[in-house]
Amino acid sequence: MNRLETKHPRAIRWMHWINFPVLVAMIWSGLLIYWANDVYAIRVGGTTLFHFFPDWFYRALNLEHGLAIGMAYHFTFMWFFAINGVLYVLYTFISGEWRQLLPNRRTPREAWQTILHDLRIRKEPLPPGKFNGAQRLAYTGVILMGAGSLLTGLSIYKPTQLAWLTSLLGGYEWARFEHFALTVGYVLFFVIHITQVIRAGWNNFRAMVTGYELVPVEEQRHA
Amino acid sequence: MRKDLEPLPGAEAERHMRRLTRRSFVVGALAALTGVGAWGWLRSRATDDGLPWPLRRVLDFNRSLAEGYFSESRLAPTFPAEAVQEPARTNGLVGLAADNATANWKVVVEHPETAGQVVALETILALPRQEIINELKCVEGWSQVIQWSGVRFADFAAKFGPRRPTRYVYLATPDGSYYVGLDWASAVHPQTLLADLVNGAPLTWNHGAPLRLLLTVKYGYKSLKRVGLVRFTDRRPPCYWTERSYDWYAGL
Repeated sequence: MNRLETKHPRAIRWMHWINFPVLVAMIWSGLLIYWANDVYAIRVGGTTLFHFFPDWFYRALNLEHGLAIGMAYHFTFMWFFAINGVLYVLYTFISGEWRQLLPNRRTPREAWQTILHDLRIRKEPLPPGKFNGAQRLAYTGVILMGAGSLLTGLSIYKPTQLAWLTSLLGGYEWARFEHFALTVGYVLFFVIHITQVIRAGWNNFRAMVTGYELVPVEEQRHA
Repeated sequence: MRKDLEPLPGAEAERHMRRLTRRSFVVGALAALTGVGAWGWLRSRATDDGLPWPLRRVLDFNRSLAEGYFSESRLAPTFPAEAVQEPARTNGLVGLAADNATANWKVVVEHPETAGQVVALETILALPRQEIINELKCVEGWSQVIQWSGVRFADFAAKFGPRRPTRYVYLATPDGSYYVGLDWASAVHPQTLLADLVNGAPLTWNHGAPLRLLLTVKYGYKSLKRVGLVRFTDRRPPCYWTERSYDWYAGL
């Protein structure tokens, strides 16, 4: 038998889903900008293992010759990204949701258990709670990454007026690299996030849309 | 856990969940459609200098914020001589001429108080010398540490410009094919130069010989090469790259 229980507050669901297309717009316009000076690559010794990005990638996504339009979109959608992110952080603090999201002293151990569990090395069930240790680290980490994108973004947007920030981040060229690396980080986060959502199943996904989930009654102890 | 809905047991819970799911997915679909509609609306707006006009409006809003925050006391970082990266890279040759015909160079200066005066290069270069080693930032995303020397634009404006500051300054190449518009505050920023030397050597034609503008508060495309005309004006001047979809302000 199942019971209906609240899971995700309405505000968090809206901000989560709004962030998705906004981040897509930021990454798309960011790629239009990056194309004009696409200097980053993974190199070992003198050999380039992977160039960000190969020509076919730009062609496939129609990212060539779009610097000006990319900047215009980037400097428009940055407002939605920043405002949504700031509201999310404010909301989690005011509502107390941060208690479920921030890592605590049990988190490192729980995160390790989660990884072993997900790799099917550890058979015991995970400790009860809304978010497991790995989720706490991931969801806190991605917010810190968002803050990092805002700061590195500002530092390359206004490197003279905010020169102190740019220097703090290692100078203009480093800050541009950090801004790019964070974006690669979002893509990696996205891949793992989608994989885990698919693994967790429909009830879990539906809770992010409706706010409610069905919980088997015999697991009510922790509710 | 929030208590806005009592946990419901059994079949009733399943029924209620189905209702909630239907409602939430309908709301979600409507929200997604609104987003797609808004995107389509934005993409289909009439263009203003190559950009959908709402984007231009946001760039202008960003400019007003940046102008409010701007202070001439905030300087771009400068670098020691060892940091200079040679050779100085060039980008953009519109309005330049490889003819080296720079002898007897004159700059036309116009402002609301005069019909126009012609100032000889030597007269400009007789102003106090100023040197800067800064990181030039190209809108494309690359940057380079370069040494510039010349005179401050602020000194030039004080000597040849209007007594009352204008809102804007317009500069153009002699043939008028490349031109930039600047806000007054950026033009008279202490690091804004009219430069005749790059990395210690006279400007070559592709760097804008014999005299070019150098700004640390704007992307490189505002640092006009081969200065032929300086016009002080209260009407916002056009800018070559703004007409090609780029931001007018381009402030760093």
